[in-house]
Amino acid sequence: MDWAALRISLWLGAGTIAILLPLGVWFGRLLAVRDFRGKLLVEALVTVPLVLPPTVLGFYLLLTFGARSPIGQAFQSLVGHPLPFSFQGLLLASAIANVPFVVQPIQRGFEAIPSDVRDAAACCGLTPWQQFRRIELPLAWPGVLTAAILTFAHTLGEFGVVLMVGGNLPGQTRTLSVAIYDRMQAFDDRSAGIMAATLLAISVATLMTTTALSRRLSPSRG
Amino acid sequence: MADRPLSVALRQGGPIPLDVEFTCHSGEVLAIFGPSGSGKTTILRSVAGLYKPSHASVYSGADTWTDTETGTFVPPYRRAVGLVFQEYALFPHLTAVHNVMTALGHRPRVERRDKAETLLNLVHLGGQLSRRPSELSGGERQRVALARALAREPAVLLLDEPFAAVDRSVRRRLQNEIDSLRRTLDMPLILVTHDFDDVVRLATHVLMLEQGRAVACGSISALMSRPDLSWLREAVGLGSVFDATVAKLHADRGLVELTFDGGILLAPARHVDVNAAVRVRIPAREVVLATSAPAGLSLHNVLSGTVTAVHTDTAFETVVVQLAVGRVELLAEVTRDAVGRLGISAGQHLHALIKSVSIELGQ
Repeated sequence: MDWAALRISLWLGAGTIAILLPLGVWFGRLLAVRDFRGKLLVEALVTVPLVLPPTVLGFYLLLTFGARSPIGQAFQSLVGHPLPFSFQGLLLASAIANVPFVVQPIQRGFEAIPSDVRDAAACCGLTPWQQFRRIELPLAWPGVLTAAILTFAHTLGEFGVVLMVGGNLPGQTRTLSVAIYDRMQAFDDRSAGIMAATLLAISVATLMTTTALSRRLSPSRG
Repeated sequence: MADRPLSVALRQGGPIPLDVEFTCHSGEVLAIFGPSGSGKTTILRSVAGLYKPSHASVYSGADTWTDTETGTFVPPYRRAVGLVFQEYALFPHLTAVHNVMTALGHRPRVERRDKAETLLNLVHLGGQLSRRPSELSGGERQRVALARALAREPAVLLLDEPFAAVDRSVRRRLQNEIDSLRRTLDMPLILVTHDFDDVVRLATHVLMLEQGRAVACGSISALMSRPDLSWLREAVGLGSVFDATVAKLHADRGLVELTFDGGILLAPARHVDVNAAVRVRIPAREVVLATSAPAGLSLHNVLSGTVTAVHTDTAFETVVVQLAVGRVELLAEVTRDAVGRLGISAGQHLHALIKSVSIELGQ
């Protein structure tokens, strides 16, 4: 059992959620309630990571993060080490790869709120922030929860992007999925089996927790 | 409380054409009446600040809510407006009492619960405090929406098709409740409806809307006796509406005696008290004219009056005769042939035989 890989996988999942969820709520709501020029294009761009093969996405991210790109150079001069093949680079890549998994469910969640309900909140004297906090967010909650689960599950299972951008550095960028592949290559079926079972257990536990949570917090139930 | 009239002027060419101007005082009920798609709801939304027409002014007493001339626009959450949405728009994740409490943000936290319960008791929902909207019937949801609108302690109460989604029997009860409620509330009340029944039962003033334009605006009795509103006539039948007071009960005959500014009427009614104020509606089709007083009739009411106007409607082959009975204008719809035979003209003295009288408990 590669405990370091498990730790990295869990940190990567949690970190991706922490970065993406606030942004996703802001952006998903924006797409749900506002109409603007070029909205269709923006929605298409948000979805691109979903349809792109992970290795293709990883390839472009690697180019973008690399020492020859302005982003890569800026990061290196600020932090002191290159962005690719580091945990930070992996986290950033994971966040980008998960954009559609976060934005879409949240957007649907906010879209499901009738516009009259939003207007009623304003007519009750709630300020825009109170409207969001007390009416919109609780009603869009199932969408936000779905976004978090999908992101976590997807991050645990991500392989192509991780390998392209992060490589396979033990203790730094080797996630559990990569470690399983690594062990299989070394004919270490036992370790691979234990780690695969661990991932399976985490996935089932995640789903059970979220189902229980959504039962308890769903707006339509008492 | 001092009168805090709502003055509204809205004008724009598109996308939703609007051209209306009205003032509604405390204690008045203005019904905005018109076919669907005529812009009724847009007017309410403009008053609440949920919509901003290109040229608009909305004043509540001395407060300016919207004035496109000066660029003033107070956001909806800072306008003292109580709005009851057509589909009620309750917050589905909150219980009835929390729905109402949401609109009590201007009150100290400790008072909110009590105040919300008081309001729900007022609309007869004291027993359903902790139900969620999905556990309430249509009529109950409407009451929660009403309590929530009142919780804001609004300077104006707006009702958007308040009875559209409830069945007939519930509708009657809600109409009566709103009618009795509005007499205790000292604020302008605006009611959007496409059902003339609501207008007759609740309104003191009417604004008739056609494609965003006010085709008529005024007190209910003034508008009901305008024979030129032919589409209205087509929709509901022309008639006269006026206020009366219950003078006597004839319980044995199932009748009540009403006095009004023009005489006495007998009307079928039960469950009313002496001195109760009622609104009388006499459809123009239910009035027969005679040049001399007839005798031996099955009907109860014969009033005499003077013809003030004769309106011929070529489209309907009918004539509407306007008759002054005391200070009330009575309308009678007769054929053109009858007008010729009786030689009806303005200034003539006639007897009006009234076949049916309907009364509503009014103010």
